[in-house]
Amino acid sequence: MQVPAAFEYAKATSVTQTLDLLAQWGEDARVIAGGHSLIPMMKLRLARPTALIDINDVDELSYIKVEGGELRIGALTRHAELLESALVEEHYRIFRDAERVIADPIVRNRGTVGGSLCQADPAEDLSAAFAAVGASVVIQGARGSRTVPLTEFHVGPYETVVEAGELLTEVRVPIRPGGGSAYVKVERRVGDWAVAAAGAALWTSSEGTVSNVGIGLAAVGAEHFRAAEAEVYLVGKPATEESFAEAGRIAAQHSNPVADQRGPVDYKRHLAGELTVRALRAAAARARGQEA
Amino acid sequence: MQITVTVNGESHTRDVEPRLLLVHFLRNDLGLTGTHWGCDTSNCGVCTVTLDGVPVKSCTVLAVMADGKQVGTVEGMERADGLDPVQQGFVQCHGLQCGFCTPGMMLTARCLLDKNPDPSEQEIREAISGQICRCTGYENIVRSVRWAAEHEAAAKAEVTS
Ligand SMILES: Cc1cc2nc3c(=O)[nH]c(=O)nc-3n(C[C@H](O)[C@H](O)[C@H](O)COP(=O)(O)OP(=O)(O)OC[C@H]3O[C@@H](n4cnc5c(N)ncnc54)[C@H](O)[C@@H]3O)c2cc1C
Ligand code: FES
Ligand code: FES
Repeated sequence: MQVPAAFEYAKATSVTQTLDLLAQWGEDARVIAGGHSLIPMMKLRLARPTALIDINDVDELSYIKVEGGELRIGALTRHAELLESALVEEHYRIFRDAERVIADPIVRNRGTVGGSLCQADPAEDLSAAFAAVGASVVIQGARGSRTVPLTEFHVGPYETVVEAGELLTEVRVPIRPGGGSAYVKVERRVGDWAVAAAGAALWTSSEGTVSNVGIGLAAVGAEHFRAAEAEVYLVGKPATEESFAEAGRIAAQHSNPVADQRGPVDYKRHLAGELTVRALRAAAARARGQEA
Repeated sequence: MQITVTVNGESHTRDVEPRLLLVHFLRNDLGLTGTHWGCDTSNCGVCTVTLDGVPVKSCTVLAVMADGKQVGTVEGMERADGLDPVQQGFVQCHGLQCGFCTPGMMLTARCLLDKNPDPSEQEIREAISGQICRCTGYENIVRSVRWAAEHEAAAKAEVTS
């Protein structure tokens, strides 16, 4: 039987109360959202917080809305809610693609957007999807709030810029009409973490050249979950198979996967390239309105 | 700490350690052993219960997180007039062999039918994709859920006609 080590527990009902409790309990306290990463880690003693602050009843963190030209997603939004949101689907199809292949429907009922990003597992799908669409996150602490672009959010595996005493409250995605986005993942079996995955968001000019593009990669050791060099290469190039193939080659070259039970390095690097091409192809087709 | 959890409509107050998992609270503290406990890693789904009406894996929820909330287990499925149509479907279509996965499968099926009374085979397979059955090959589970959907639709038609 796997049982976590003992800890103190309190249920918070507001952001202010959560921040107060975090300050009061000190740096070994943690918030618990869905608990679907934290509880397994605590069972294995990979995490050993002395106190948990339960944010599942902080209703003010649970929403999806459009404001200030951005899609704004509360940290406590469940995977299932992101998957089913018509508002999200209207602006960015990448999220339905990604959510369909994150864990399984029951885990998705519980796991949250904020928990996924803060867990910062190198294979976290939402990190790659949000990287592709140029998202930023709002982090709140006792001294106020700051907004951090996702490209500066992850410090390393399982490490983010969220400090002890701080709370991630919102994810913001700029809405830029006229583009297309998509996510593709290779997994060993349904519900498993990615062997590798890629997401792309792409906008083209009237001449058919790429005017703006974001490429996110999960599970292949891409810095900040992003294929930055491939993005730079693509801007200004025609949105064609040839350009996408070259972008895939660049993405593979700059990825840095590690061998594990999900596959060897060469295979994962191959997937980084191939999935980049497939994500770009699907995003471009959607931008042209040619694909369901 | 003291928690009060409503399980299948009945309120239970107990003193528990915060680290107690919901699955063990149900099985050991309340004696509701219909909720099974398998992998302990949120993969197999045999521990599935509903929390405020939504299926969750109770090996990955703390009992204290259910304080003040509604939990539903297989013991609460039966209705005043007999077995839930989903339970009847599992009987009629041989939806189980060893029965280890069955409580979780039936609860998920119930929640699916409440949202989508006429699910396709694909939709049923998707809904139960977080739960493992080592016996049936899933075929008869899908048939059982379809049986329940069809019988519920028929029963409804009878009431309105
Ligand atoms: C069986 C299984 C399969 C899975 N498969 C996948 C998959 O294929 N792809 C994938 O991407 N993920 C997968 N996951 C992970 C899933 O998405 C988790 O739900 C997610 O990683 C964590 O979200 P959570 O809300 O459960 O976070 P929790 O476990 O509650 O928290 C995780 C960490 O984030 C911190 N935290 C949570 N919320 C906040 C906040 N608002 N502010 C600051 N810190 C916070 C916690 O303190 C903790 O350190 C899987 C999980 C399981 C159990
Ligand atoms: S025991 Fe909970 S998912 Fe297996
Ligand atoms: S009936 Fe035996 S595991 Fe499903």
